[in-house]
Amino acid sequence: MTCTEFIALLDDVIDDSIAAETRAEVEKHMHKCEHCEVVFNTTRKTIEIYRSHELYELPNDLRDRLHAAIMARCKKGC
Amino acid sequence: MTTIQSIAGQDEQHPDVALVARVRAGDDSAYDTLVRKYERQIFRIAQHITQNREDAEDVMQDAFLKAYEKLEQFQGNSKFYTWLVRIAVNESLMRLRKRRTGKMVSIDEDLETEEGTVPRDLADWAPDPEQNYTQSELGKILEKTIKGLPPGFKVVFELRDVQGLSTEDTAEALGLSVPAVKSRLLRARLQLRERLSRYFRKKSGSRETGPRVVRAES
Repeated sequence: MTCTEFIALLDDVIDDSIAAETRAEVEKHMHKCEHCEVVFNTTRKTIEIYRSHELYELPNDLRDRLHAAIMARCKKGC
Repeated sequence: MTTIQSIAGQDEQHPDVALVARVRAGDDSAYDTLVRKYERQIFRIAQHITQNREDAEDVMQDAFLKAYEKLEQFQGNSKFYTWLVRIAVNESLMRLRKRRTGKMVSIDEDLETEEGTVPRDLADWAPDPEQNYTQSELGKILEKTIKGLPPGFKVVFELRDVQGLSTEDTAEALGLSVPAVKSRLLRARLQLRERLSRYFRKKSGSRETGPRVVRAES
């Protein structure tokens, strides 16, 4: 497996939507290619960090205000 | 066990189906529940696209109002949330076009940039690199990093990786093909990784110092 082929499969490996044989090949490649191993680990970490750190949080007071405005306008028939 | 559950799951109705039916029958409290359930996510999507807090607030309100008005047109064969996302994305793009008068902004444009398809920064990261920053510093880094991506990349990443939608639902919500979602997701992930490397890479000389590097990988 080449590094380009590895990158093409990266998402499927991360999302675990890959056949067992292909996964074995991918793992074999990572074992001997340090760069691809780094790309795999750091990409997975990127997703993990974005998932656990919610961006653009809606503060409760603003959320309540917007919510009330939506519901008031819906009740008037928009 | 798994098989039995998945077979049972096929007949299980998504809870939104009953809520939508109640709204259609005139029960506004059911719509209140739907708004509460999804307002945060819709706000985030609008903020990703418009990059402007006030616009995101307006988009969120307008999207829910539009969805309420058009509920009769909602086909039960798609999920309420994917339908709602589509409305919110269109509203967000409209805002963006208004602000950038004349400039075309689209989620489905085929971006010719090859940036990010070939990883360049191959340095390994420090273990738990996010712990070297305070929550607010980290928030700023993540915001700044994702801001520079094209709108279509940001929204695909948000829906797939942050909100956990399937590729198919993401494609439906954005009116994109499944291969287009896959291609944007890969590029979004790689570009974010590349940009975060500037902050998270192992500092030279720190390899053997500090308590964190001693910890074994699990």
